[in-house]
Amino acid sequence: MALPEILTGMKVVIRNVFRRKETRGYPEVRRQPFPRFRGRHVLDRHPDGLEKCIGCELCAGACPADAILVVGAENTPEARFSPGERYAQIYQINYLRCIFCGLCVEACPTEALLMTTEYEISGSSREDLIFSKDQLIIDTPIVRHWDTKKEYPPESSFDIKQLGTKR
Amino acid sequence: MTSAQAIDKLERDGHGAYVESYDPDAQRMTLNMGPVHPATHGVLRLLLELDGETVMKCEPIIGYLHTGMEKECEDQNWRQAVTIVTRMDYLAQFSNELVYSRAVDRLLDIDVPPRGRYIRVLMSELNRLSSHLVWYGTQGLDMGAMSALFYGFREREVIQDFNEMVTGLRMNNGYIIPGGVWEDLPDGWEPAVESILALMSRRIEEYEELLTFNPVFLERTRGVGVISKEVALALGASGPIARASGIDLDLRRDAPYEVYDKLTFDVPTLTEGDVYARYQVRMIEMRESLKILRQVVDGMPGGDYKNMDPKLTPPPRSELNRSMEAVIHHFKLMTQGYTVPEGEVYEAVESPRGELGCYTVSSGGTAPHRVHVRDPSFANLQLLPPAAIGGLVADLIAVIASLDPIMGGVDR
Repeated sequence: MALPEILTGMKVVIRNVFRRKETRGYPEVRRQPFPRFRGRHVLDRHPDGLEKCIGCELCAGACPADAILVVGAENTPEARFSPGERYAQIYQINYLRCIFCGLCVEACPTEALLMTTEYEISGSSREDLIFSKDQLIIDTPIVRHWDTKKEYPPESSFDIKQLGTKR
Repeated sequence: MTSAQAIDKLERDGHGAYVESYDPDAQRMTLNMGPVHPATHGVLRLLLELDGETVMKCEPIIGYLHTGMEKECEDQNWRQAVTIVTRMDYLAQFSNELVYSRAVDRLLDIDVPPRGRYIRVLMSELNRLSSHLVWYGTQGLDMGAMSALFYGFREREVIQDFNEMVTGLRMNNGYIIPGGVWEDLPDGWEPAVESILALMSRRIEEYEELLTFNPVFLERTRGVGVISKEVALALGASGPIARASGIDLDLRRDAPYEVYDKLTFDVPTLTEGDVYARYQVRMIEMRESLKILRQVVDGMPGGDYKNMDPKLTPPPRSELNRSMEAVIHHFKLMTQGYTVPEGEVYEAVESPRGELGCYTVSSGGTAPHRVHVRDPSFANLQLLPPAAIGGLVADLIAVIASLDPIMGGVDR
């Protein structure tokens, strides 16, 4: 009989029983992704509160999945949203189409569009997952490692959990 | 034609959705295995003709995962198409990106800086490891060794974490682009790779302990699904399957690309051609990957990680606030993309499954005219009937697992 070989295999299994558990109790224990993780988008603001987005539609052009819709409009002295001439009147990201490739973030010339590490994106209907501008825009400016070659953990400047409940 | 006649005709041709029948005269049973069957590794459908438990005829029917990705590439510009090709063979995403990027590099006739080349090799070798780990797990599972699946996926998770650390995503990364790689390696990549290397060299020992001499595993794999050298050559096998059948072929050594000519590694070749030989070849390959990774980590040069030609690469973000030139280039690249000179090339790399080729045609525009991918899973799947016919149904499961087909790559 080939008992010794079977016992060698069993030894491996028994050794692994006493190893650290690899699974997490998900809703209670949440995994913190790496700083580069490409999750849900946010639209950033300038420190003075104006929107960084200038409605140039470069993100929509760079998107391979056609997930972004931008409709720009002119700023007027009465209603000023962004420092330049134009702002995004309608800004939608369709998370049913988004593939999280990050090309839109690379395309954005004003660093308005950024990606957070939030990965819990789910909804109960299709309309739920088309995020509009008021869901995407945030109030506190955040710093991104892009181009600075430094990694800032995103939670240092805003709370991810809060972001999820805000909408 | 009535619907009953239509079903009859489909059955006769053997292509219908409804073809389960028993022929009492010949004592043959026609049986559909798949497309939703846990042992067919995705949506592979096999039309089997059984004599008792012996497989008399086996016809793979593919196309259930066809999403038109090659065609989709023609709608994107050259840079965006990377996000499509990475989804073809989803367990070897970096190999897919690498072969496409190499094809575009050659059409553009540009140089990739040494650091970019090393990062490309680093990522695709780690990818080979993680892909073989999935194969190890599923091969074990199909042979009844459930723990093998747990261990394989557990270690794959570590490599997926490294992918996330470097590229931002765990799968379908879109990280290797024409001209180099998208972003530089992050701080702390070296200790991360070191720990993967240390972990993996210990764990591969453990995998071998678990399965290599296990009598049940040997019984089910040795002498099962034999593919002779002639058959393998005739049907265009490549990768571990060809090497297990005695064909000494590895593009990393025979047609070195990127920096493989500077690295030393062995190419395992066995002559048995059975499931066990393919198991052994892949196990040795994982060790060789570790060797390659060690040399890549030691030899990683500094400098640029992608070609910094402003016509090809968006300018650094800090430039956008200062230089009008940079803004123009940025807008041009993001709206239109770069143009690639007219021409056609075929590039091939050694993916975990074999020769992965990319035949790219450019008509001089900003989008590919045609991107055809020669996927190793597709070619290797042809070896299933010769390997399975004459064996038992249980052996067929072992053969499918050892061919390791990825249906995303087969159907594209």
